[in-house]
Amino acid sequence: MRCWERPLIEIIRLSVNGDSHEIGVPSHYTLLETLRYVLGLTGSKQGCDKGDCGACTVLLDGLPTLSCILPVQEAIGRQVTTIEGLADPDGPHALQDALDLTGGAQCGFCTPGILMSAAALLNVNSSPTRQEIREALSGNLCRCTGYTKIYEAVELAARALREQRPPAEVLRS
Amino acid sequence: MKYYLEWPEPDPTNLPPPAQDIEPWGETRVVGKPLPRVDAYERVSGTALYTLDMALPDMLHGAILRCPHAHARVTRLDTGRAQAMPGVRAVITAATPGAAIPWYFRGQGPTSMLFDEHCRYAGDEVAAVAAETPHQAILAARAIDVEYEVLPFVQDDAVALTPEAPAIHEGGNILGQETSGRGDVEAGFAGADVVLEQTYHTPCEIHTPMETFVTIARWDGNRLTVWDSNQGVFGIQANLARALRLPLTSVRVICNYMGGGFGSKLGLSKYTVIAALLARTTARPVKIALTREESFICVGNRAANTIKLKAGVKRDGTLTALDAVFLGSGGAYPAGATSTYLVQALYLCPNVRVEDNEVYTNAGPSRAFRAPGMPNCAWALEQMMDALATEIDMDPVEFRLKNIATFLQINDTPYTSIGLRECLSDGAKAFGWSEARARPRGRGHVRRGVGMAAGMWAYPGDPRATVIVKLFADGSVNLNMGASDIGTGTKTVMAMVVAEELGVPLDRIQIEHADTGTTQNAPSSGGSQTVLVSAPAVRAAAIEVKRQLLELAAAQLERPVEQLVFQDGEIMPADAPDQAVALADLRGLRGRQVIVGVGRRHPHPEGKIALPFAAQFAEVEVNILTGEVRVLRLVAAHDSGRVMNKLTYENQVFGGMAMGIGLGLTEERILDSRQTGKVVNANWHDYKIPTAKDVPIDQTCVPIDPHDTECNTTGAKGLGEPAHIPTAAAIANAVYHATGVRVTDAPITRGRMLSALAERRGE
Repeated sequence: MRCWERPLIEIIRLSVNGDSHEIGVPSHYTLLETLRYVLGLTGSKQGCDKGDCGACTVLLDGLPTLSCILPVQEAIGRQVTTIEGLADPDGPHALQDALDLTGGAQCGFCTPGILMSAAALLNVNSSPTRQEIREALSGNLCRCTGYTKIYEAVELAARALREQRPPAEVLRS
Repeated sequence: MKYYLEWPEPDPTNLPPPAQDIEPWGETRVVGKPLPRVDAYERVSGTALYTLDMALPDMLHGAILRCPHAHARVTRLDTGRAQAMPGVRAVITAATPGAAIPWYFRGQGPTSMLFDEHCRYAGDEVAAVAAETPHQAILAARAIDVEYEVLPFVQDDAVALTPEAPAIHEGGNILGQETSGRGDVEAGFAGADVVLEQTYHTPCEIHTPMETFVTIARWDGNRLTVWDSNQGVFGIQANLARALRLPLTSVRVICNYMGGGFGSKLGLSKYTVIAALLARTTARPVKIALTREESFICVGNRAANTIKLKAGVKRDGTLTALDAVFLGSGGAYPAGATSTYLVQALYLCPNVRVEDNEVYTNAGPSRAFRAPGMPNCAWALEQMMDALATEIDMDPVEFRLKNIATFLQINDTPYTSIGLRECLSDGAKAFGWSEARARPRGRGHVRRGVGMAAGMWAYPGDPRATVIVKLFADGSVNLNMGASDIGTGTKTVMAMVVAEELGVPLDRIQIEHADTGTTQNAPSSGGSQTVLVSAPAVRAAAIEVKRQLLELAAAQLERPVEQLVFQDGEIMPADAPDQAVALADLRGLRGRQVIVGVGRRHPHPEGKIALPFAAQFAEVEVNILTGEVRVLRLVAAHDSGRVMNKLTYENQVFGGMAMGIGLGLTEERILDSRQTGKVVNANWHDYKIPTAKDVPIDQTCVPIDPHDTECNTTGAKGLGEPAHIPTAAAIANAVYHATGVRVTDAPITRGRMLSALAERRGE
């Protein structure tokens, strides 16, 4: 369907963090607007609305995606994972713990996007080098930290996941 | 020159004397540890609620119509078409009752209005709309019919000074011209062996915090509540109350989580007042979130500076004279553009003259930006120091060590402590300065070099802060403080101060902060003052709680207070630890259920000033074929007094340096000065802030603690701003060391680097 043929409001089915939602969305909405303003999932941040800053990064079938420039229709039939779905019922994701421990979050506004980019990296590369981490995070802007503590967090989380130990324990050893 | 707030500030004198006599800390048990943030989980889980994330029932969305011309007069304004658009609930203009609010103060008088028919830059506010959705509001704002008389504009600082330039304000474009200094510079130059003169230029930088500028306003009768992304709720409250002619108690400003400010969110902004007016007009809550593009245009910047610096030195490395002429523009309104401070204060020099010129131009007004004016000043002074050192064949570190000022020469005030010597020497050691300088710089197209720069920060803080610590019957604590946590870790550090004094674990301390309705007055989180102002107040409040606890315990244990000690959450006679009473077993506490301790920040030490110092070291690689400069490693040695939390300390330093890389290499607002007068790179694609690939993998932080017992009761000095001051200059000096070419205009883009190299080759 061409965009001008779409109704003003569309009823769509969206799978977010394993939950299936049937929702009405204005058909011009991006995935980010749908997450934040229809589903109330405000963890994904709205930084620039034009794909420059990466604060809106979510996983689409496991791949990092800029939800602020993705029409919501593109997400239909795919698995959307947001920061709210990164932890599991047993506790935070190793990346979240690691970021706490290294102090990699300052104002925290870029953090959800950074965590999702880093999670996508660790899904395909269990022991990334610092150079690979820099590449993977180069689409996520941060104005506070200078990135160093974020690299440290990703390295710590990677090691914790490899060794199947909590990051705090890895840090102590 | 003074960085103006939008409103005149009250006089911060006549502080009451300290209520208690508090000893400086010796060894600490909690303070100084690398502890994760108390709100770390909220920040990594997406649950932290920022103003941009908030929505109220029945809320409308606002949008602002901005003047598209760099200089124009509104001759006709018709809101009819906009008002008839779907979803539109209100359109306000200068003619709306209550909207005639004076704005942009110079001294005590305003220079403009909230909506001014005389628009002085492309971005000036003309009208505003409230509608059911953000899209409807934006479309309606565009549908307001405005006719402008387009006026000639000026954006070049030097041209704006000339009499032919179009006048931006009545009385012309010169906002300030001041000369100050000491000694006799001509005599100083006459006595010098080497005299150098150079003109430096720094770009206009944009703050671009990750969370854009956002406000939600809601009225209950005549009471206004504002959720606003800002750096200090009490400053916003005071100015909002003044603008709307309301008593302080009728204005409540709240900001819990906020996504960065760097100075741009210190003052009251027009959009906040506009949201309040729209909410009053519609009797519904109104949210205004500026677009990312607007955040580049109308909410502040670091003004570009042109600095002409002349310096004289003797062969033995003694500075004899410094003469500097500054020119900057804070844009179309009084805003502040330059800081001559470092030239006047950083190095011992008997003969100094600084001339400071500030001028109006048709561009977005500046706002304080992380150490306003100082990195610009360091860019000039520290490159000049490097050039002088080269000229007299002296090591740049040694040269600076020889010229350390042990007192503030501007007003002959001694420092409470100065660790600049250690910053220079320990930093050089950590960097491996001598070895790195001696290494070959490469013969191919990739050259390596090292450079360094020093700095200091100028502001000792506004010491007016009051904090309440409440201890509950089960021994858990509520910390009630007005300070904002703009991402620096304020909440964490303050909770650690409570934990230090009361022995309560951090997870038993709950924090309420940055809410004018429920917390006490504290200065804004700007000027690197939050820790050094609020932490002593927190400490005083916790000590007051402890005093009351000891009194209760004295009654229960039937011992005089002097014999009792407080340790690890228990109270015991010093000579009989076996009689220890846990807090939860204190009968007096159970009877009251709560102990309230009020703490106030003490005044600054009399006759002395507490300021932080820094030295930073950089190693760079320059590709002389492409002009690309890569920063390979950075070492920062900072005397910011006591390290309150190692993690948040390092974060400030690394973040400050990353921003310095931006100033040195990539960041620059570009105006279309020939045709439209608009900002042409008002987005993160064209305005480059450093990414993960631009900051070096190898960064080291070397804290220097001079154990200052006079600055305040915690021994901590400011850090956020000094961390940003020397970086760009250190990079520029490293570029010179690598290539033999001095790039005096920041940022050192590939184009500038190549031009400088070509110029040396005589092309």
